[in-house]
Amino acid sequence: MRVATRLVPVLLVVAVVMLARAPFLIDAAPYESTMGLVQKIFYFHVPSALVAMTSAIVCGIASTVFLIRRRRLADHVALAAAELVVVFGLIVLVTGPLWARKAWGAWWVWQDARLTITLVMWMLFAGYLLLRRFGGAGSEVLAAAVAIFGTALVPFVYWSVNIWRTQHPTTDVVATLPPEMRWPLRWSMLAIFALSGALLILRTQLERGRAELEDAYAAVEE
Amino acid sequence: MTEIIRAAWLIAVKDLRVEARSRELIYTTVFFALSCLLVFAFAFVRGGRPIPDTAGGILWVVIVFAGTLALGRTFERERQTDTLRALLLAPVERPAVYLGKLAAVLLLLAAVEALVVPVVGVLFQAPIARAPWLLMGLLAAGTLGFAAVGTLFAAMLVRAQSRDVLLPVLLYPVTVPVIIGGVLGTRAIFAPEPDFDTARLMLTMLVFFDGVFITIALWVFGPVMSE
Amino acid sequence: MTAARRHTRGWWIAWALTLVLSGAAAAAQAPQDDFLLAKPGDIQESLPATPFVFVAYAFAWAAVAFYVFWMWRRLARVEKELAEVRGRLQSPPR
Repeated sequence: MRVATRLVPVLLVVAVVMLARAPFLIDAAPYESTMGLVQKIFYFHVPSALVAMTSAIVCGIASTVFLIRRRRLADHVALAAAELVVVFGLIVLVTGPLWARKAWGAWWVWQDARLTITLVMWMLFAGYLLLRRFGGAGSEVLAAAVAIFGTALVPFVYWSVNIWRTQHPTTDVVATLPPEMRWPLRWSMLAIFALSGALLILRTQLERGRAELEDAYAAVEE
Repeated sequence: MTEIIRAAWLIAVKDLRVEARSRELIYTTVFFALSCLLVFAFAFVRGGRPIPDTAGGILWVVIVFAGTLALGRTFERERQTDTLRALLLAPVERPAVYLGKLAAVLLLLAAVEALVVPVVGVLFQAPIARAPWLLMGLLAAGTLGFAAVGTLFAAMLVRAQSRDVLLPVLLYPVTVPVIIGGVLGTRAIFAPEPDFDTARLMLTMLVFFDGVFITIALWVFGPVMSE
Repeated sequence: MTAARRHTRGWWIAWALTLVLSGAAAAAQAPQDDFLLAKPGDIQESLPATPFVFVAYAFAWAAVAFYVFWMWRRLARVEKELAEVRGRLQSPPR
């Protein structure tokens, strides 16, 4: 954990510097032929989506470790990761429809599998946070079970767009980007992952601090 | 393995025997389902005719609502008499407890659906007899997926606060794939030009999700319930 | 909450409101900008893209900023309380 704490300022500096440069890179990137300017939302919509999915997996792994070994650090990481899913998932779910309204003419398309299942994943992790907040004592263990179901959804979120072709662009798009678009995307990706890594560590620290505080209060009462 | 099945069977039979004596759950759940259908009958009927293509969705919404109620009530009963803890303390494998409760809930929901489906057919003019085996398959697979996750979550939440509202909050997102499969398949059967291929595809998808959910639930039930 | 805390919070709320309101204002003014997308051969679009991109960006920044701000405040509060409680543990009042 100490190693992680030392990483935070590094990650934050990297993220802030890269994010400051990002708008210029994104602005310089060429327009996409059919979508024009609005396609540039892609440069932070995609990294946010990947952060959300990765955080869901982290939450699932941490929850599994917590269920098996009941290590408190695993529980703290799970909570931090779940919050990242909700925050970055929200970014995806807001920037996506903004892009869609211009590109497809509709804010939301229920027939598209990826939209629906991403929304479901988001709601599940929001439910995780609600359970931890309002479920009372012992809800960390219950929430871990919920998180495992949430993580099971992630492969479906990622591959849904290749299996059920409706509106949303497939995963092929990223693999076959022209170099002028690939570079700004990689830049944004690195920046946003650095930022989310820093946030994960900070949030875990915060949770650990809170747990220590509760222990300390309990000790005072004795 | 056979011990687990035997233990699960005993637990299920115990539940059914308790239910047979009081018949509380079956009566209340059926009447709740009928009340929902009454509301939907007014909400989704226009000018004396049901709005087209809504019967499938309505059927599944009623199953989900009634199922949530039944799950909550089943485990509330356990909580009040503290029998769940007794079950968990008994020298019974955890998966057996889960499977036993799941079987009991499934049978209850099957009885409710046996009444709800004909009523939906009548109220919303849905052709329920068009492909009976396919429809029953969809209902069975969908209810199984829903109940599999629901039994786990309801058992988990037995001692949590706000359990009444947290159960649907947690259960519905997880079971959305199952509900979607059920609704799309049922709608394909009820459509003016029925699409049995879609219905069969949905059935396959439901069976797949059932497998995933039951596997996860069986694995998670033990660690989560032991405190 | 101390007066200083209230002020800081006030500044952050004002910041957030400014961000949101400017986004909304830009969106509201957009209808006059529909010559942005004129490219040779393209049909004139009825929906200008700039406000969408702007709002999307603004929202992403705002969401992350809120989260960081919220965490920072809680971290500070927890550390303060921890120091306080630890002090109490070391010298218990008799």
